[in-house]
Formats: sequence, structure tokens, C-alpha cells
Amino acid sequence: MLDRRAVVQTLLAQRGDLLVVAGLGSAAYDVAACGNEPLDFPLWGAMGGAAMIGLGLALAQPTRPVLVITGDGEMLMGLGSLATIAAQRPPNLRIVVLDNERFGETGQQRTHTALGVDLAAVAQACGFIAPQTIRQQDELTQLHQQLHQATEPVFAVVKITPSELPRTLPPRDGAYLTHRIRAALLGTAQALDG
Amino acid sequence: MVATNNQTSATEHWSNDVHRLFSEQQVTIVSFVPDGGLKLLIERCQADPAIQAVTLTTEEEGVALTVGAFLGGQRAALLMQSSGVGNCINMLSLPQMCNAPLFMLVTMRGEWGEFNPWQVPMGQSTPRVLEASGILVYRVETIDDMIPTVEAALKIAFEGHCRVAVLLSQRFIGTKNFANSGE
Repeated sequence: MLDRRAVVQTLLAQRGDLLVVAGLGSAAYDVAACGNEPLDFPLWGAMGGAAMIGLGLALAQPTRPVLVITGDGEMLMGLGSLATIAAQRPPNLRIVVLDNERFGETGQQRTHTALGVDLAAVAQACGFIAPQTIRQQDELTQLHQQLHQATEPVFAVVKITPSELPRTLPPRDGAYLTHRIRAALLGTAQALDG
Repeated sequence: MVATNNQTSATEHWSNDVHRLFSEQQVTIVSFVPDGGLKLLIERCQADPAIQAVTLTTEEEGVALTVGAFLGGQRAALLMQSSGVGNCINMLSLPQMCNAPLFMLVTMRGEWGEFNPWQVPMGQSTPRVLEASGILVYRVETIDDMIPTVEAALKIAFEGHCRVAVLLSQRFIGTKNFANSGE
């Protein structure tokens, strides 16, 4: 099992024009620990919605790769969105679930993935092509390539240790975060125009 | 299972008009959980190459999708039956926190002449649930109000940066009734 901060650092290396939606809790802290970039959209709520925010962004920006990084608890709350996304087949959307088999923010209670639920198999059944479950650092190299080069939606589970790390908090103001990514993507004038 | 609609020609008429208003307001993404009253509008949107039509498994997905589209500079509309409003409640905090527009078109059940008692609790609480969640609620009771209301709601959503739901009354959409559905 891997260290979550190292995993996210590897995936976000040389990120170029990659847009990143981070699910609430530790996934958002992991992304913030990599530098808190304008093309990041970390969440502080909307549990179960990260993948669908990613779909909306991917449909709106079809020439940009969009990466959703989220936790197993957040993904489990939005399992239906895997069906919606697989049916839509956005070629530029990638979903990576950091799976520590725990609800990390609430006292490390076991999630369903600790009790036999296989998220990659769920994704496969929904229609994602060859979803992976990654346990070794060297398997991340191929995933990193896929983030930028895949022409089909990508789904991967990365098994991570259930350690509690120091929190690197992203900004909490949703209007600020929204304007920040819109301004970076669209330019300030259009971002302000609605 | 298709809802009986006792105003087929009227329904067809407003669906064309709503679709035209979507185009005028540059709506490029329309997501929905289907309802009988929305059948023709969904078909119009699916047939339009300028619109990406997204079928949802549950309505809250559409709230998140709409905000994602806004982050990427596109306008989305969300269609659902009133029973779906309850599925959205927590996710409605997302567009509010992000100051993102939200346009919801909601066909009502559980009110005028409803035959299914299971539709009544959510139908009756729909406007209050929306208002309690900070959403502007516009009701449409007659066909004459339909187009001006949708036009105003789209404008206040996308130009006024608001979250708004247009509730289409069961009185005007038509009351579902298996007895005369022919199915």
C-alpha cells in the first residue's frame, strides 16, 4: 500500500494543462500539499459530487484533460455517477480513487471497500475500459501517462495506507475557488461575465 | 411506462419554445432524470447537436454536473420530476457556495388530481424544500405563463447569477392516470 501524498505528487508532476477536481477531506489536502494551483478545484462539501463536477468540466472543456482525485468514501456516495459517466464516455475525464478503506475525517471507520466492495470492478461493470487497482509505486508511471494521453475515460483505484497526515488546507471560499479556475481557464473578463 | 398527457399538442408547443429559449441562452448541456411531462423536451434536446444531453441516475448528479460545466464556461439546464428535488438537497449547497447559476425545470407530481398517494409528500414539500435550500421558486400554473416564466428564470439564473427552479403545475402538464393511459 502506498503513501497518499507521494501518489498525488507523482500524478500531478508535470501536469501541464490538467484540470483537477479534488473530493472533500484528505484528497483535497493532498492536492493542496502539491501547491494549491489555479487549475485545482478542491471541495469542502458536496460529498458524492466530485466525479460529476469532473464530468461537467470535461464536457465543457473537451480539449483539456480533467482529473478527479477523491477518496473511497466520497466515491461510494456517488456510485451512480460511474454509470452516468460510463454511459457518456467523455474521452478527457480521469477518476482516481485514493482508497484507504476508511472514512478518514470522522474517526477512521471502515468503508465498504474494507468489507469486500471492489470499486474497479464496479467501474468495469459500468463500462469503463480496463479500470485498475494499483498497489505499487511503479504502476503509477503508466497511470500518469494515461492522465495525459488516454482517449477514453480512465478509472483507477490506488490503495493507500490509512495514515493521518498533517493537513494542508486549501482555501475554503467556494466563490473564490470558482473564480480562480474560471479566470485561469477562460480569462478574467469572461470569468467575470458569467 | 409513459405518463398520460391530456394536452399533447400544448406540451409539444411548450417543449419547442423551451428548447428555443435554451438555445437563445446558449445552454449547451441538459441533464435529466426523465418524467412523462418532460418527454418531448428531452427528445428535442437529445436531437439537437448543439446540446449534450446527459441521463442521470439521480438528480443530485445534475446539480454537480451543472457546477462543473460552469467552471468550464458552459451553461447547463437540469430537468426533473418533483420527487427528484428531495434527492438534491445537500448538493444544492454546491452552486450556492460557488456562486454558480442553476436552472432547474421541475414537473410537479403529488398535487392536482394525483392518483398515487406515494407522490404526495414530496410533491407537497417541493416548493418549501427548494426555498429552504436558498433556491428561487417560480411556479407555472397555466400555459400562458409558461414561456415568460422560463425565459425570466433562465435570465435570472445565467445573467443574475441565481439558483432558480421553475415548477410546472400538474394542473397544466396533465395528471397521470393509468386508467386512461391505454397501457
